[in-house]
Order: sequence, then structure tokens, then C-alpha cells
Amino acid sequence: METISTLPPELIRMVISAIIVITFLFLNAIMMGYAERKIAGHVQRRPGPMEVGSHGILQMIIDGIKLVAKELIIPFNVDRTLFRVAPLLSFTPVILPFLVIPFSEKLQARDLNMGLIFIVTMGSVNVMACLVGGWGSNNKYSMFGAMRAVAQAISYEVPILLSILAVILMCNTFSLKGIVGAQQKIWFVFLQPVAFLIYVVAGLAETNRAPFDLPEAESELTAGFHTEYSGMGFSLFFLGEYTNMFIVASVATVLFLGGWHGPHLPYGEYLGVVWFLLKVYFLLFLMIMVRWTYPRVRFDQLLNFSWKYLVPFSLANLLITAVVVKL
Amino acid sequence: MKQYFSELFTGGMSLVEGLGVTMKALFMPIVTVQYPREEIDISPSFRGHIDLILDPEKNSYRCITCGMCEKNCPSNCITVKGEKLEGQKKKSLVLFDLDFTKCSLCGTCVEICPVNALEYSKEYNLAAFSREAFHYDILKRLEERIK
Repeated sequence: METISTLPPELIRMVISAIIVITFLFLNAIMMGYAERKIAGHVQRRPGPMEVGSHGILQMIIDGIKLVAKELIIPFNVDRTLFRVAPLLSFTPVILPFLVIPFSEKLQARDLNMGLIFIVTMGSVNVMACLVGGWGSNNKYSMFGAMRAVAQAISYEVPILLSILAVILMCNTFSLKGIVGAQQKIWFVFLQPVAFLIYVVAGLAETNRAPFDLPEAESELTAGFHTEYSGMGFSLFFLGEYTNMFIVASVATVLFLGGWHGPHLPYGEYLGVVWFLLKVYFLLFLMIMVRWTYPRVRFDQLLNFSWKYLVPFSLANLLITAVVVKL
Repeated sequence: MKQYFSELFTGGMSLVEGLGVTMKALFMPIVTVQYPREEIDISPSFRGHIDLILDPEKNSYRCITCGMCEKNCPSNCITVKGEKLEGQKKKSLVLFDLDFTKCSLCGTCVEICPVNALEYSKEYNLAAFSREAFHYDILKRLEERIK
């Protein structure tokens, strides 16, 4: 007990939040994996996983055990350092944004005044992982996947930033807590519907989700940049993808859907997390539905869509917002 | 310019429509059959391996051991043997073997039978570790059914 009291309280706080974040992250990946397979099944009018546990509820846990137990195969002639670094590079940066996401008024590890920029920065490191993994694998399909990931990320980062900027202009702060606070009266989705749409579409592309899953397009590139990965290397990419989805959805919640705001609950400053998670998982549900509804776009369509539609619209939206705010 | 916006509008509408279709499908009942737990009825024209028909009047087979099926089988997979047992006027069947590993399910035996003694069985759960498991003793199968 004495040793604990001698430690700096800030350190204890950080350790506790790190543990919570990592636990949550694995839980989220398991839940999302299960939801994805179940929803995919029902959309195609089949039951999805049914065998392990009641209605296949333990399926993802069994799959996780299998992946952990599998041998890590490092193919001949790969760049060993890069090959091993890539999964870590995909997984580690996605933990960091959790530090600034305000789950409720008081459930936030750190309120950085540059919180949003921090998230955007960390979000783009994920593309590095794709590139490093694809390059290091010494395999042409991985290389194609990596190149596609980079081209896609470059063209879709622009509309994301422009749509975020429109919100920033309205509330004058980069702190996520400040942005949610500004939505006390009305959610920004009603004031900025265009920016919200652009953010969600570009966010789908950022996380390499269908219909923009060209970097891992299974029918053309086997599995894209993670073709050569097995066992835990693969599952780190997988975890990274689902956590990235969660981050994109929670940023959308913070920016447009009013964060923790909702009908009053007792202990509102903590239980706001219920509303926050409900909104996030609604967006995630939408993302899954989109994946199982639309076919994959062609690469020229992907880039055309970004540069011909999303970027001009977000620029116009930004301009109009600036004029209205100034008036 | 007009085309640009009309494409955006029609494209967007079709995307929303598509989401509606999958959303509806999400809550529709499942159409796949959960095989080991559920089975669907087999169509009456299903061709399994052959079986002897159980004649309800005689409570036995109709086969007269003429051997037409054996002679006409293109794959030579049927063996029929009849013997004249004591106290019986006609020959009776003592062996009816089918080597299902060779059978091509052509149905000649069923069609050629002069007394209509053969039919197709409805068995499809066929898997085994040895070839010998597919050498069916059709007569024994019938006897088991009589019991």
C-alpha cells in the first residue's frame, strides 16, 4: 500500500487507463468479428457461426486460440526486420488514440488540446504498416496491396481532413472534450450533414473496409499486404483493422453525433459512456452492412470518387462554413 | 455539369436502395438447411443404390432369380444366385450382392427386371473407410426390413 502511495498519481492513472484500453480493444475485436460474421450470414440468409457455443458465441475465442497457437512462418527471402515490424506497426498506433477519446465527461485518459490532430496523425501510421508489410513480404501481391493502400490513403486523407476542418471552424477547438461540449444544444450532424457523409465515406476508405478494400482485395490479390502473414502476425493486422474502425466511428461520434450527450442518466458524467458506445456501435453496424451490400469498386473509380466528388464537395462545404461562421 | 450532379444523385439513391435490400434480408428467415440437425425430404426420383422391393402380399421379395439384372449390368456389379431349396417349387434367392464402388447408377437393372423387384433406395449418407463397406448384401438388407 505504501509503495502505491509513493508512486505519482498520474502514472497510476495512465497504467490503469492503458490496461482498460487494451482489454477493451481485444474485447471489441472479438465482438466485432462475431457481429461481422453473424450479420454477413443473416444478410445472405444463412445463420453464420453456429457450432461453437450457443449460436457460435465462442467462435471468435476459439479462432483466437488457434491463431495464437499457430506457427509464425517467415518465408524465404523476406526482409526479416520489416516483416516482423509491420504487424506491430499496425497494432501499436491504434492504441494511442484511445488516450484522447472522451468516452464520457470524466472517462478520458488525457484531454489534449490537440486531441483531434493526434488521432489523425496516429490514424495515418496504419498505412505505413501496410506499406512496410507489403514491401517486406517479397511477394508481388503484397506489394500491389501495399501500393494500393498508400495511394488510397493519400487520396482519402484529404476529404477527411477537410470535413473535420469544417467542424473545427464551428467550435474553435481541437480538444475532443471541447468539441463534444459545443454540441450540448444541437449535434453537428444536423448542421454539417455533408461533412458527416464525406467523413463516413472517407473513413470507410481509410480503414480499408469494403467497398474500398482494395489493399486486401481477396479475389485479386489473395490477401493483399498480409498474404504472407500467419498466426499472431495476421491477427495483429486484424486487430488493427477492427480497432481502426472503432476509432473512425468514435471520432465520427465525437465530431458529429454529440459524443456522450443523450437522455439524462444517473451519474451522467460517467454513464454518458452508454450513449457514446451506442452511437459508435450503430456506426459500426452501418459499416458492416455497407461491406456486405456493395461490391468492391475498381481502382480508378476509387480515386475518381475521391478527387471528383469528395474533395470538391468538402472544399465547398468548408468554404460555406467559413463564410457562415464569419457572418 | 448537369450530368455530374444527376450521376451523383442516381448513384446515391441506388446505394440507399441496396442498403434497404440487405437490411430487409437481415431480418428474413434463414433458407439454408442445418444439415446434421435438419434434413429435407428427398425427391421421389432420387437414385440411390438399388434395393429389393418388399412385396406386402408375400411379405418377401418378388425376385425370380432370372439374372437379367446381372447380365445387363454394364458395370458388372451385380451378383445374383438362386437355388432350388427343398419343398419349394421355384428357385429362391440366396445371394444378391451389389458392388456399389463400380455402380454407375444407370438404372438398367431396375428397368429390365421382368417382375419389378428392384427400386432405388433413398440412402445418401454414404461414407466409409474401406471399399468393402460398399459391397452391399441387398438380400440381407431386405431381411432386416422384414424383421
